[in-house]
Amino acid sequence: MAARGRILPALVLAASLVACGGPDSAQAPETEVRKIVLTGSSTVAPLLSEIAKRYEARRPAVRIDVQTGGSSRGIADSRSGVADLGMSSRPLEPDEAADLEEHAVAVDGVGFVVHASNEVAALDDSQLLGIYRGEIDDWSEVGGEPGPITVIHRADGRSEVDLVTEYLGIEPREIRADLISGENQHALKSVAGDPGAIVYVSVGAAEREAATGAPIRLLPLRGVPANAEEVAAGRFPLARPLVLLARPGPDDTVAAFLDFALSSEVDDLITSLAYVPPAR
Amino acid sequence: MSRPLADRWLTGILGAGAVLAGLVVLLIVAFLTIESIPALREIGPGRFITDVSWHPDRDATRGTFLLLPMVAGTGALALGALLLAAPAGVVSAVFCRFYAPAPVARAYRRLVELLAGIPSVVYGFWGLVTLVPLLRSIEPPGQSLLAGILVLALMILPTVALLADSALRSVPRSLLDAAAALGMERWAMVRGVVLPAAAQGITTGVLLAAARAVGETMAVLMVCGNVVQVPSSLFEPVRSLTANIALEMAYATLDHRSALFVTGLVLMAAVASLTLVAARIGGGELRHE
Repeated sequence: MAARGRILPALVLAASLVACGGPDSAQAPETEVRKIVLTGSSTVAPLLSEIAKRYEARRPAVRIDVQTGGSSRGIADSRSGVADLGMSSRPLEPDEAADLEEHAVAVDGVGFVVHASNEVAALDDSQLLGIYRGEIDDWSEVGGEPGPITVIHRADGRSEVDLVTEYLGIEPREIRADLISGENQHALKSVAGDPGAIVYVSVGAAEREAATGAPIRLLPLRGVPANAEEVAAGRFPLARPLVLLARPGPDDTVAAFLDFALSSEVDDLITSLAYVPPAR
Repeated sequence: MSRPLADRWLTGILGAGAVLAGLVVLLIVAFLTIESIPALREIGPGRFITDVSWHPDRDATRGTFLLLPMVAGTGALALGALLLAAPAGVVSAVFCRFYAPAPVARAYRRLVELLAGIPSVVYGFWGLVTLVPLLRSIEPPGQSLLAGILVLALMILPTVALLADSALRSVPRSLLDAAAALGMERWAMVRGVVLPAAAQGITTGVLLAAARAVGETMAVLMVCGNVVQVPSSLFEPVRSLTANIALEMAYATLDHRSALFVTGLVLMAAVASLTLVAARIGGGELRHE
């Protein structure tokens, strides 16, 4: 979907380059088709792509272009007007909230993930703290098979990092990581390929990956299993809202889509991606 | 009589294209510089070298911004990849040009060209799911400098091989004939005549391959582990300058974002100086002939 939106302008650009400039007079008649552009978090984008598909099927006159690029891009683009709506996997900072409206479209948990062959059933908060501080470096110290722990941390600035460091009560610079992952897929593939690894990932992304047969397992946190039901019930301790950002007073087309995305008509899409519908 | 008119048109079109291409490079450098200015002002160029670590923050006073380990990481990756790919590429070109029967040489060259066309993310994915677990069985964690070097070497091997091949092809026929007339063996001819004559062309190719290695992003990000440190062994993870930008740009704001543009500026300078050196050597070769 995002690819279609990018390839077309690129082709038009290439064509006009070949023709060596000149105003593009042969524009397609797009007068009745209204386009909505969404940019932002790669955690939120898969959900909005699904919602957009359903909305486009109902309103043929609307085209929706969903592009990823991180929460910060979603915030910047929705504020500058480059995008009609921004997507973010973290709530706004106070200085960002002044000129944007925030709408929770779903809720996602962040859970710790280990390899499926790992015998450790659960880790308590102090054990997680020790592992991420580098004080515990062998699985035998927390009741597992002897073997080195590969501590996987996430790239600075990601919303998971803020959430987890706050939960564990440490500064990001106290973390002693063996590896650092970027995107969710990179993190999940790293754990699937390393029986000694531990990482923290979006519960939704991890559940989807596990459902495809990847050898990974989500650990419970404070005795609460990491899954969509527990996040929905508000029992899972590490959760974050996935939000849509809009400038105040969006036009009718954008407002109608926003209403649709925030309605219970998309609940089945939210649950199919292992996220949780927000309290409405 | 229509020929000169067509030529004039063509000259105009080609000229416009050339100006456009040149302009794009200048615009990119200007853009990088403008975006870097907040960081250079708030953080200052010195702190990129003297800070204790890379723990960026949107507020310059709260973060630390040490870039040196990533410069070292990029250098180590490129150097390691070159040490493997340069000899292998030259050997493959010599084999192709002087030893292989014509049909084998043609098929082999097509194969190398195909290798050059594989997208980097495919190399990265292969590295992550195949090479990394293999390295992990030797010494954890697997995602490491060595994994990056091996994947990069594979990626730049075709660049070295193809450019060395064309350098060998441009060795004047007269030199080969003279060597043959002196009754030189094939290996003696390759070593004593062909390689010295093609040395500049081969060096240019190696430098261009180095520029590609320095600029490679996705594959390196996927297999290197991305921990910011000066590695003390081949099995330790490193972060390259490119991976630093790709990992953090999507989530960075304010001073952090600007510091990433400084990373881009450093990267641009490294690639530009490699290209300049390559151009000088290449230019020398032309004058030589």
